[in-house]
Amino acid sequence: MALQSLDIQARSATTTAVPGVRETLDVAKLIDISKCIGCKACQVACMQWNDLQGEIGHNHGDYQNPRDLNDTTWTLMRFYEVEPEPDRLEWLIRKDGCMHCADPGCLAACPAPGAIVRYSNGIVDFHQEHCIGCGYCITGCPFDIPRLSKKDEKAYKCTLCSDRVAVGLAPACVKTCPTGAITFGGKDEMIRHAETRVADLRERGFVKAGLYDPPGVGGTHVMYVLQHADRPELYGLPKDPTISPLVELWKGAAKPLAIATMALVGLASLFHYVTKGPNAVSREIEKETEHEEEEQA
Amino acid sequence: MRRDPRDLVRYTAGQRAVHWIVGISFILLGMSGLALFHPAFYPFSLLFGGGAWTRILHPIIGVVMALAFVVMVIRFTRYNLMRRVDWQWIGRIGEMVNGSDETMPAQGKYNGGQKLLFWLLLICMLLLIPSGVVLWRAYFDFPVEWVRWAAVVHSATAVVMICLIFVHVYAAIWVTGTIRAMWYGTVTRAWAKQHHRTWYEEVTKP
Amino acid sequence: MTNHWVDIKNADLVLIMGGNAAEAHPCGFKWVTEAKAHRKARLVVVDPRFTRSAAVADYYAPIRAGSDIAFLAGLINYLLSHDRIHHEYVRNYTDFSFLVKTDFAFEDGLYSGYDAETHKYDRSTWGYQLGEDGYVVTDPTLQDPRCVYQLMKAHYARYTPEMVEGICGTPRDAFLKVCEMIAETSAPDRAMTIMYALGWTQHSQGSQIIRTGAMVQLLLGNIGKPGGGMNALRGHSNIQGLTDLGLLSNLLPGYMTLPGEKEQDFTAYLEKRSPKPLRPGQMSYWQNYPKFFVSTMKAWFGDAATADNDWGYHWLPKLDKTHDILQVFEDMNAGRMNGYICQGFNPLASAPCKIKVSGALSKLKYLVVIDPLATETSEFWQNHGEYNAVDPTRIATEVFRLPSTCFAEEDGSLVNSGRWLQWHWKAANPPGEARNDQEIIAGIFLKLRELYRTDGGAFPDPILNLAWRYKQPHSPAPDELAREFSGRALADVTDPKDATKVLVKKGEQLNGFAELRDDGSTACGCWIFAGAWSEKGNLMARRDNSDPYGIGQTLDWAFAWPANRRVLYNRASCDPAGKPYDPSRMLVAWDGLSGRWSGSDIPDFKADSNPADGMGPFIMNPEGVARFFARDMMADGPFPEHYEPLESPLAKNPMHPDNPLARSNPAARVFEGDRENFGKPDRFPYVATTYRLTEHFHYWTKHCRSNAVVQPEQFVEIGEALGAELGIRSGDPVRVRSQRGFIVAVAVVTKRLRSFVLDGQPVHTVGIPIHWGFTGVARNGYLANTLTPFVGDANTQTPEFKSFLVNVEKIQRVV
Repeated sequence: MALQSLDIQARSATTTAVPGVRETLDVAKLIDISKCIGCKACQVACMQWNDLQGEIGHNHGDYQNPRDLNDTTWTLMRFYEVEPEPDRLEWLIRKDGCMHCADPGCLAACPAPGAIVRYSNGIVDFHQEHCIGCGYCITGCPFDIPRLSKKDEKAYKCTLCSDRVAVGLAPACVKTCPTGAITFGGKDEMIRHAETRVADLRERGFVKAGLYDPPGVGGTHVMYVLQHADRPELYGLPKDPTISPLVELWKGAAKPLAIATMALVGLASLFHYVTKGPNAVSREIEKETEHEEEEQA
Repeated sequence: MRRDPRDLVRYTAGQRAVHWIVGISFILLGMSGLALFHPAFYPFSLLFGGGAWTRILHPIIGVVMALAFVVMVIRFTRYNLMRRVDWQWIGRIGEMVNGSDETMPAQGKYNGGQKLLFWLLLICMLLLIPSGVVLWRAYFDFPVEWVRWAAVVHSATAVVMICLIFVHVYAAIWVTGTIRAMWYGTVTRAWAKQHHRTWYEEVTKP
Repeated sequence: MTNHWVDIKNADLVLIMGGNAAEAHPCGFKWVTEAKAHRKARLVVVDPRFTRSAAVADYYAPIRAGSDIAFLAGLINYLLSHDRIHHEYVRNYTDFSFLVKTDFAFEDGLYSGYDAETHKYDRSTWGYQLGEDGYVVTDPTLQDPRCVYQLMKAHYARYTPEMVEGICGTPRDAFLKVCEMIAETSAPDRAMTIMYALGWTQHSQGSQIIRTGAMVQLLLGNIGKPGGGMNALRGHSNIQGLTDLGLLSNLLPGYMTLPGEKEQDFTAYLEKRSPKPLRPGQMSYWQNYPKFFVSTMKAWFGDAATADNDWGYHWLPKLDKTHDILQVFEDMNAGRMNGYICQGFNPLASAPCKIKVSGALSKLKYLVVIDPLATETSEFWQNHGEYNAVDPTRIATEVFRLPSTCFAEEDGSLVNSGRWLQWHWKAANPPGEARNDQEIIAGIFLKLRELYRTDGGAFPDPILNLAWRYKQPHSPAPDELAREFSGRALADVTDPKDATKVLVKKGEQLNGFAELRDDGSTACGCWIFAGAWSEKGNLMARRDNSDPYGIGQTLDWAFAWPANRRVLYNRASCDPAGKPYDPSRMLVAWDGLSGRWSGSDIPDFKADSNPADGMGPFIMNPEGVARFFARDMMADGPFPEHYEPLESPLAKNPMHPDNPLARSNPAARVFEGDRENFGKPDRFPYVATTYRLTEHFHYWTKHCRSNAVVQPEQFVEIGEALGAELGIRSGDPVRVRSQRGFIVAVAVVTKRLRSFVLDGQPVHTVGIPIHWGFTGVARNGYLANTLTPFVGDANTQTPEFKSFLVNVEKIQRVV
């Protein structure tokens, strides 16, 4: 969704500076898993605000529906029945969706100029009209979020309601969350709010409660309050996510190196030609063959 | 250029057709691949009808090239088996580069460098084809870690292959009288005698 | 709710039992998270399933479905035996010291007066000892063995933690942990709220479960307090309004009751419902019943209701028995009822035992369905394959479907669980031929009246005399109806203390029920709603959420019945001297200077009653205090007692192993033909319980694509132990069968359903969400009520949907 009211701070497949004079507030969405009741209102709000008509699927033996994120499901409640300690059942319910990394792997991987942008407020957005459908964003994402649509071969994911945020509204999921488990505001403010929530959880016996704002991707603009911050894998979250070193290599060092190599080979050929000239058939052999011809004639 | 009935046939029409299928595919693949690889080359995508068409066409052209390449491999492998003399030639490549090829060992249809190129290109294709399939999201859905590996392998191999083809093309330009072999299929006797004396002797043996 | 949704944020402890607030009431559950976040409140969930509420609870205790009374009775025993009760509260505000009749008895599971033939009690011995002055005899020392305290203590001493574990399956440690947490709130400045819903009501002893919960709250002094109370979470938007307006078969508006067939005498009818105080100085507010009743009759019949014709009393039906939903289908089945108008109701899906309901509907001559959706009931006669395998050629019922509007397509008021009447505005035009319910009913009424006028009939009077003063008779407007239920003066209403002072002029809207009169000078369609639309305008439409005391008392937001009062019995939040138990959360307090009660709420009390006068805070009761001993008000006993569900895995009631009559509720609502239709544990070994999911609303939202996407297909839940035993894995299709039929669904095998060991036998629970049927856009499924038994609570006749027996088998077919 292309927007004029937000400055673009980073743009896929673009090597020069983007307009960056305006200073925007760094925004963030905070998802407090200890307050989440898994009602899926956020999922429905997301579908309705974004005009997504998903498929009516099947039950696969759990509460998670649809089965996975897809082109019409940009946020999904994931349900985990875990026993962090023996005989203590917990039902951890996590709202999955784009984390809006400060250092977005999708953007780094995207080859189409302007198909993925990061706004100056931190939102990472896909502009489907520029998307070429290669799926590199999926390869770049450390959280397995973007999905290619079978319908139009464009990649989709949560926009953090950039259209709403641009005009001063909270994202649809935040607006609809009945328990206040999802809050939205300046990132600093959200971190401070998270600190009070973490203190409350620790007082309730969750001594390892904490904030999930992984530094490996430069921090995220969607953060979680976790009861067990030392074990994010209980929630299906990567413990220390980073852009894969392979992607870093592919989209980092490999690019200048490749150009340099190709340029070098090209230039070497040119200089070789200039210095050595063409390798023509030598006079002697030409004469030899002419001689042979005459002989045969 | 003048045709001479005494010219030696180096490539049949079929062989040239396959070569050019591979060659054209390679050029298209190189340009579309580079467009997807580095923003500096993204304008190449305009030649294919835009980014999405570039993404759609690249793997399809890749399939064409792969098939044609297989034909080439079948037809040319026997001429490219490495022999002792080829290694000797490669050992003295410096002299060749220097332009003083008179003293180089006599070569058959292909010299050691050409043979080496053949095998290197084959290795490249063996890496490019499967990694390309893994990257082909329109039809395949592989584990993301495979895709990441594939991306690195595919692009690195492609760069190597582009460089090899640079060398291949340059060599053809540098060695005067070579390109016509792939245009008309024939070379002059003098050319053959100078560059592939053993082959010359084979084909001119009465 | 005695309190209201926002007030839950004032709680120190939230007990969710017999409900699943997070799942079924997610918006209201916000106030639980507020209490947790800002008051450090703890949340305790007691439930057969580890629910979405349990997912955010501080403590969860499992319990076998249908054993709640045993758990709560054990809790009462704990509180009494550990002396963790609010002494001042129970001594002053409850019937602790009242003496009970000497011939009242409880023996081996049965109260005095039981008739095993009719399965009913003669309740004449269930009363207090009355002195010669007509007042109850009390013993303030609480030593008399016949005082309520002593009787109750003895009654509940039997519910030891061991007994609780043996009945409920709740591990002893977990039970005691819950007791300890709850006992903390016996401190005067601590409050616990209880949130419950159908998990308590839909049992053959549902009313008694709720009473037991209320008794716990009284012992702790938590009724009337901010953050306290007994809070029923209503399942439908406006189901509170339905009961308020008397839409149950035995009620009149405002919880007045229809006369029985023996009550032909109007004066006697009124007298019976206007009880004199049972203790000196008490208010007994129901003494005003004649004012409420006459004003209702004036609203209904207008000028036709006069003193001479007893205000139209004789036009009211006189009940031979309760005609509740179970009775209605029993009558249809027996051919005693041959036409049915079904408005906003989907009984084929909602009533127990689908096969019986389907058979009953098939015997009708006509069925009228008024609904915005194509419900299962309206298509009961259609064959929908395995989901509704009927033969339409054998059903002669003529079905009329009248499409109506839904809530967003009309103006009106909705009453929420907290008794707030909130006005809402139309947001969209209805589709197609849909009309609002008033138009449809007005159309039927006008036609009927015309027929009665021209053709006469057996008893045309109530129809012909009904007042119908709407500007457009075929379409009464919502504001006209709202003004009508709020009430107006038909003549000048004067101050009883000063006849020259006119309180309301003739023709004006009333300010409240205090202005109602029994002389025909006021008309009010529902006395508890009086004042909702006064001369100040539509108070229900107010949207000022200012909260001057910071405890969520937003008196200028909408209108709460009664009298815009937000917390019922709020006088009990103060000590006998009128001082709040917790000044930081003050609802009302006695202001000696002005001689009035005032505070953040409207006092639920006589506003100028000096605490020294000793009026009790429970002004609706003739005792002036709350009752532990229910007298003759409950059909199945004055003290709640644990009985097994009608279908139970236990052969005997562990409380009364030797008395088969006391195995299940002796007074439960069972029709003779159905008594034989209960499943036995040898064929149906597992306890089933039905419930709702947050993704759906009853049988409506399966018609809505978004809801269907997030919960598309019918499933049942079983525990891992049962799954392992039967070789069922998550995602397998299973057949769940009860004595009455079967359903097929996808299995969800989960850690969240624990198995119990009772009497040496493992007891497994099968969870059955209800939302699927054979109409709508979600995947078709079986109506869950194919399985449920046709049995009702002894008092409310609510069906026992929460505890019955099934068997489960894995099937090969892919569903």
